[in-house]
Amino acid sequence: MKKFLKLFFYIFFLIPFLPQVYAAEKVEYLTTDWSFKGLFGKFDRSALQRGYHVYTEVCSSCHSMKYLSYRNLAQEGGPEFTEAEAKAIAASFEVTDGPNSDGEMFTRPGKLSDKFVMPYENVKAAQAANGGAYPPDMSVLVKARGGGVDYIYSLLQGYEDPPAGVTLDDGVYYNKYMYGNKIKMANQLSDGLIEYSDGTKATVEQMSKDVTTFLMWSAEPHLESRHKMGFKAIVYLIILTILVYFSMKRIWSRIETKV
Amino acid sequence: MSDHEYTPKSNFGKWFNDRLPLLTLANHLTDYPTPKNLNYWWTFGGILTFCLVTQIVTGLVLAMHYIAHADMAFDSVEHIMRDVNYGWLIRYIHANGASMFFLAVYIHIFRSLFYGSYKAPREIIWIIGIIIYLLMMAAAFMGYVLPWGQMSFWGATVITNLFSAIPLVGEGIVTWLWGGYSVDNPTLTRFFTLHYLIPFLILGLVVLHIWALHVPGNNNPIGIDVKKPSKDTVPFHPYIVIKDAFALLMFMIVFAFFVFYTPNILGHADNYIEANPLVTPAHIVPEWYLLPFYAILRSVPDKLMGVIAMLSAIFILAALPWLDTSKIRSAVFRPLYRQFYWILVADVLILGYVGAMPAEGLYLLIARVATAYYFLHFLVILPILGFRERTLPVPLSITEPVLGGSSNLAAARDDSRLEKLK
Repeated sequence: MKKFLKLFFYIFFLIPFLPQVYAAEKVEYLTTDWSFKGLFGKFDRSALQRGYHVYTEVCSSCHSMKYLSYRNLAQEGGPEFTEAEAKAIAASFEVTDGPNSDGEMFTRPGKLSDKFVMPYENVKAAQAANGGAYPPDMSVLVKARGGGVDYIYSLLQGYEDPPAGVTLDDGVYYNKYMYGNKIKMANQLSDGLIEYSDGTKATVEQMSKDVTTFLMWSAEPHLESRHKMGFKAIVYLIILTILVYFSMKRIWSRIETKV
Repeated sequence: MSDHEYTPKSNFGKWFNDRLPLLTLANHLTDYPTPKNLNYWWTFGGILTFCLVTQIVTGLVLAMHYIAHADMAFDSVEHIMRDVNYGWLIRYIHANGASMFFLAVYIHIFRSLFYGSYKAPREIIWIIGIIIYLLMMAAAFMGYVLPWGQMSFWGATVITNLFSAIPLVGEGIVTWLWGGYSVDNPTLTRFFTLHYLIPFLILGLVVLHIWALHVPGNNNPIGIDVKKPSKDTVPFHPYIVIKDAFALLMFMIVFAFFVFYTPNILGHADNYIEANPLVTPAHIVPEWYLLPFYAILRSVPDKLMGVIAMLSAIFILAALPWLDTSKIRSAVFRPLYRQFYWILVADVLILGYVGAMPAEGLYLLIARVATAYYFLHFLVILPILGFRERTLPVPLSITEPVLGGSSNLAAARDDSRLEKLK
């Protein structure tokens, strides 16, 4: 029993160290008080709405989010725009549809069921417009980078002048958090770049935090229900384990004192 | 085996049982005499059965929504994660379930190594177990390819390319495996088919594994043969069932923690990038449970020799019942073996660690030493140890150290470990 408990705790104890085994390079990323971390982590609704704002105003001119639909914006556990707001957002985009009965493609205002409009027709067009670099789709970007949210958050604030001796080609920028420090995306954020409708001051830090929260949600749209269900499941399992433990004690007491 | 004849009580039961003795089987399974000193390391058999069933059930649901096509696989996984009801839950259970399955199987294997469960008369159980383990690795590897992320694609490329090391026919075999000239759609569809098939092969082998177990009965922490049924045994139900249930629940708490709170920690971030044959990831790393073998593979400079070393590392286990020459099963009574056992555990953990690191400099050196030691343990230390080691006196029965009355009593009590094991 004691041995078994020990093993149990070792496993728990080892969990925090696992990512370090995989982390090839150690860079200290910036971090902030992410509302979605922890056993009861939830998204900050207004941060998600502001994050969406940053995405449409800044990121969406180059980065697609092909797995998101406008209906997701009104979905529970997301930015939770009202349905009317989400419809208005969708309608503000021109969507290509068709072919119609004449065999022609046509454009119409977006609907809730439409996917987010893509900035480029295809990968080649995206590369051509960005000096050969493809701006990655951002739907699952947070999960596709080793440092996760902290990495994205840091990267957005990591632009600085190259140190002496580092020469940069045209269209390449220096970012201290980028792998190899060279990035083809120019610094996009500056204080006061956009105006938040809720009056929050749009500092670089604030915008980075908001848009990263938004990206976390887009990568894990069911994070809130996962955390909620997880807590219930684990509490249930613990209670059941205790009950079974005492049943076991009782059954074994017929023959042995210890189990 | 139950020694008494079983007759069902009802007339229908008798009629049915004469034609298909299912009730006799059920009676055998409930009454199955089990050594009463089995510790919690013995609960992992039941836990593994749970893992297999969980993988099959969640896998069936995933297969209903997954599309095995190079252009659609990645999208269909995201569709499962976003739009299928509780799709995220099912996928995370399946993905983490694979890791839990391996965690449990490694504990199960190392349990056998410690208590000598592979020795006569249990060699066939052990060998079936090794085949199950091999199939598990194949299933896990192919399953990892299905989401068609970067690690899926490049992992598949690296592993299938190993076959090209075979002289003369190697290249041909690789082309045949791929169904083309690179890892592509034909590779994905056949991996999906095999990934669906293998679990059922494993299920069949598990039945044989348990059948073979029920012939000699369970080994036990002091590794002696027990009379069945006797004071040394308890019926499987309810004693072992409730103990297994308790251990399984503890295991499920860990499992649930991974699924609900850190579902992606055991995976690689690159697998959330869709497969791209034109971009190679900086480090191609297999899943954690394959890392020790990956380290062995990379520690040998020659490709063919590396593949041979890696495969030998697994197949050497099948020969273990004959490599270990000691007549004493349990490490409790083998003071030297006990020490070598823990060195082996450390060695495998080190191999796993360096397997995740780039194969260069100090890491490569450590990997080579650890690989050499791995083979040294099985090929040299174990055979010699059986002849040279002075083992401790083994008690005659499980109840004996408790009830007393034997000259071995003092020795058995002396061993503090034995006390803990009960």
